[in-house]
Amino acid sequence: MTQLPLRAQLASALGRSAATLSRMTGRGDGSVIGGRVGLMLEPDLLRQLARDRRLALISATNGKTTTTRLITSALLEMGEVATNAYGANMPAGHVSALSQHKDAPYGVLEVDEKYLPEVLDTTGAGVVCLMNLSRDQMDRAAEIWLLAQKWRRALSGKPTHVIANCDDPLVTWGASTAAKVTWVSGGQRWKEDSWCCPECGGPLDRKDRHWACRECTFHRPEPQWILDDDAVIDPRGQRWVLDIQLPGAANRSNAAMALAVAEAFGLPVERALPRLREVTSVAGRYTTVERDGRHARLLLAKNPAGWLEAFDVSDPALPIILSVNAQGPDGRDTSWLWDVDYRILRGRPVFVTGERRLDLALRLDVADVPFVLADTFSEALAAQPPGRVDVIANYTAFQQIRSEFGRAV
Amino acid sequence: MPSDSTLRIVWIYPDLLSTYGDQGNALVLEQRARRRGIDAEVVHVRSADPVPETGDIYLIGGGEDRPQILAAERLRRDGGLHRAIARGAAMLAVCAGYQIMGSTFGGEEGQPVDGIGVLDISSTRGPARAVGELVAEVDSALNLPTLTGFENHMGVTQLGPGVKPLSQVVTGVGNGNGFEGCYAGHVVGTYLHGPALARNPALADLLLTWSAGDLPPLDDRWYEALRTERLSAVLPR
Ligand SMILES: [Zn+2]
Repeated sequence: MTQLPLRAQLASALGRSAATLSRMTGRGDGSVIGGRVGLMLEPDLLRQLARDRRLALISATNGKTTTTRLITSALLEMGEVATNAYGANMPAGHVSALSQHKDAPYGVLEVDEKYLPEVLDTTGAGVVCLMNLSRDQMDRAAEIWLLAQKWRRALSGKPTHVIANCDDPLVTWGASTAAKVTWVSGGQRWKEDSWCCPECGGPLDRKDRHWACRECTFHRPEPQWILDDDAVIDPRGQRWVLDIQLPGAANRSNAAMALAVAEAFGLPVERALPRLREVTSVAGRYTTVERDGRHARLLLAKNPAGWLEAFDVSDPALPIILSVNAQGPDGRDTSWLWDVDYRILRGRPVFVTGERRLDLALRLDVADVPFVLADTFSEALAAQPPGRVDVIANYTAFQQIRSEFGRAV
Repeated sequence: MPSDSTLRIVWIYPDLLSTYGDQGNALVLEQRARRRGIDAEVVHVRSADPVPETGDIYLIGGGEDRPQILAAERLRRDGGLHRAIARGAAMLAVCAGYQIMGSTFGGEEGQPVDGIGVLDISSTRGPARAVGELVAEVDSALNLPTLTGFENHMGVTQLGPGVKPLSQVVTGVGNGNGFEGCYAGHVVGTYLHGPALARNPALADLLLTWSAGDLPPLDDRWYEALRTERLSAVLPR
């Protein structure tokens, strides 16, 4: 398939060797270093690797990795798919993903929200999937109205087919300059970042899933796909019970988006849906780790909207361990803890750990949620009675637990 | 219905100015009042609604450039906050909200935008974003312990003769000239964004005292544990 120029072939091959070396020496999965090496040797590598393939770019504040995995799983029905499965979602990760599958006719790439304009320009991807936008790690991520504005500029004047969640007003605004949009009603649990009209600043009136600006004409577009509880209604009005294994409403929404993207690639629901049902865990999320008869299910939550989703999945009958860090990838600022409504945990045994456990301890104290402080995750786990326990952790806290308990995926 | 003795905490425009944890200040004030047996309620005032004049403590938070400009326009048109402050109500204005209280601030492209003029300050857009932990020693007249918090802004704020600096910066950027924040009467402005009062319960109590009089001490174990941990992580040993 893609016949790369010699220089790009070399850059791509050397990048792959660097990735292999990095894996062999235990320095990670190698997807970032490999891509960096490749880009250093051939700055145009991403564009060249993307050429002659059918690509989908997946972006959102939450659910990128999972939705990328679901879409990949679906498109495998049609042929080989290149994807950045481990969430290396900036250009080096994209180069690495495409290098590793240089003959794949399809590519499904998770893209950091901020990098979407650049990656879209470079790759000329035919399909872009946009799911949600909410506050996230303010000290390193961009502000979200600004992000949506950048999406608008990037999509304007391109032939890209956008699949977007019309229940999120900011996503709708960000997507609506595109030439072709398929709207999906995927729901919106976290609404705190979209009470105002992104077009004029006026108040948005909401009724169920519908929303409209009180002061201008901006309103929710009519969806072609609708997530209806545990089912999806397709553009022809046919209802498909999802019956996926990934838990929670957020994953049903991700699945609805994935089905719409699959159809944009020409893959009908009856062939895509069985593939989505095969996905059980994504990069360690929702897996269970075990020690001394304690079975801990791992939920990742990186921002306020993510915590709402994790609470939705978590079993209220079980004790719960919360672990929060504030290293670079988590954001060094823990202010967001105050945007999460922890009162839902009242009545459950709650254990608090992680490097910033004192931030969380005070947050829970103010919310009148009793808790037990533990110096380490192991200590918190050992304090449980044998049986099941849920764990919600943010990014590096999650990775620490996974590396201590083996990276079982 | 709240009775006359209910302490009313008015959170201004959470739909426009609540980027990151700003709710924390309302929750901390409410909790610290209630634990002392004072009835307290938090009133959320959306930007389409009038600002009530009869609140006890007003809070306004941080936000992006566009929402900040919208909020300033609406507050000026509404006038409720001006009347509340003239009446002597207490106020904590944070980050973008702090800048709005002045005469001007910098918009998206750095252009000057009119503030609402309740504090004698003016702000511009600085050359670089100030992001990180901030520690500052509070003006001795206020008798408060060291301020600790997190800042994330591009503003540089000049203080006029009508306000006093809230604190002197030990680590961080603050107003950009060695001071952090300002106060005048019962109005306090600060770049400590988000839940500034969670890290500084004594500042929360100062606002409460201005509204409710002298207060008995509380069990501040978790506040103190967090303060100690943060200060020791940030300050040179
Ligand atoms: Zn509008």
